Amino acid sequence: MSGPWLIIGTVPDDGFGLVRGACALDAAGLAVDDVFVPVRRGTPALLAATCAACAALGAPAPQALLAGDAGRGAGSAEAYRLLAAELADAAKGADENAAPRGLTFHYLFPDLAGHDRVLLAALALPQRPLLVADAGFMYAAKMSGQAREYDLFTPDAGELAFLADELAPHPFYTRGFLTGTGQDAAQLARRAWDTGGAAQHLLVKGRSDLVVLRGAVLAQVEGPQTPAMEAIGGTGDTLTGMVTALLMAGRPLPQACAQAARANRLLGQLAQPTPATPVGALVPHIPEALRLALAQ
Amino acid sequence: MRLPFGLGRKAPAETSGHDPASARGVMAFAHTAEVIRAEAALKAAGFAVRVMGPPPDMRTGCDMVVEFELMREPVARRVLEAAGLAPLAAAPVRAGMLEPVSLFQSVDFGQWLMVRAANMKLTVDKASRVIVNISGGGCPDVPALAELMVGRTLDEAPAPLERGQTLCSYALELAFREAQRQLPGPGGAAL
Repeated sequence: MSGPWLIIGTVPDDGFGLVRGACALDAAGLAVDDVFVPVRRGTPALLAATCAACAALGAPAPQALLAGDAGRGAGSAEAYRLLAAELADAAKGADENAAPRGLTFHYLFPDLAGHDRVLLAALALPQRPLLVADAGFMYAAKMSGQAREYDLFTPDAGELAFLADELAPHPFYTRGFLTGTGQDAAQLARRAWDTGGAAQHLLVKGRSDLVVLRGAVLAQVEGPQTPAMEAIGGTGDTLTGMVTALLMAGRPLPQACAQAARANRLLGQLAQPTPATPVGALVPHIPEALRLALAQ
Repeated sequence: MRLPFGLGRKAPAETSGHDPASARGVMAFAHTAEVIRAEAALKAAGFAVRVMGPPPDMRTGCDMVVEFELMREPVARRVLEAAGLAPLAAAPVRAGMLEPVSLFQSVDFGQWLMVRAANMKLTVDKASRVIVNISGGGCPDVPALAELMVGRTLDEAPAPLERGQTLCSYALELAFREAQRQLPGPGGAAL
């Protein structure tokens, strides 16, 4: 498959509208379809990380569908609608190169109906794209009961407990016996798979990052440790962005997860952040972090 | 009248025999933001209310319901009406309701304190009480709230529920309150 890779998410501005097009990152900043997008956290951080990593890997930059949504869900609904229509068109079209070979879903209002329409449309494509989900869309994917249709989820510790709780519709309602400090991430990952809450692969962000296939831990990435990274809004987004770029460059999924996890940890070592550092200060270190991770 | 989401069904047998005066009900609203406003209005009117996860057959996505004293429903409706709010439905509590998270985890970074509630993390400079980072979450209002809150003190920053729309903002509110509790201002005292 040689179609584009599409990243779907939001920016926190209801007046932003809907932008669909190629991403570009240069010294002036991030742009999607020539529209400037500030990189502070959330989907813009993911896009910037993906672009930086793609450039380092020699892969073409991703496409993006970005909706303005400050939380009311209207922008996300528009993104769901447009994406479902675009995928349906691609399924009917003769040009297989127009269909996306991968989709990364990110900060979107978790809406079950919207999720189901998009997933059905993606699964109806002649060639099934790789499906990566993080943030709000991952919540909807888990709640839909169709988590196993996805190739990769990228939860942090709180989100892993949510995936492991078959009753919880959102991390906010995760039951206490799963959220305690003594919980073992590998056991939660197993439980998440057994109860249908996990994708085929999980990349679990934590003190140690875990690469999980169908509930079983394949790899554990331990260091380097930069505890301040957990406090910085957007460090999960840089990780998901680098996984996306490695998948775009053709890496097998478990390898892409392990390399991205290592690179994200090296990012912390290179940038030497404090808990007050903004994620935008980390992005310039991505090419070197990736280079070091791939050399290991 | 048939109510949406299966509300209004007969309560499960195990709840029968309870004192009606202590019976609890739930109100469902069209949008999470309305739940947040309803909770604030009812609390201000003296109601003992909680937000809860709806039973499985009511769930549509990022949603929650307000649990309240069922016997005071007429008064509650008047309070809500005065606030410009209209519940989609009200019904007795039944099985399947979920409790919001109540556990916090704190990480002391020396100069900074990070508080986590569910999937949300809020980090504060301990000396200045300035919010320096907000991390986690997956709903679109998290980045919007972060833009409003980061760089402001725990006293200056808007409470997440004032502007938030989703369950992530609710989790952030819990982390925010816990940070305020752990880092009281000059006039406050640690609880």
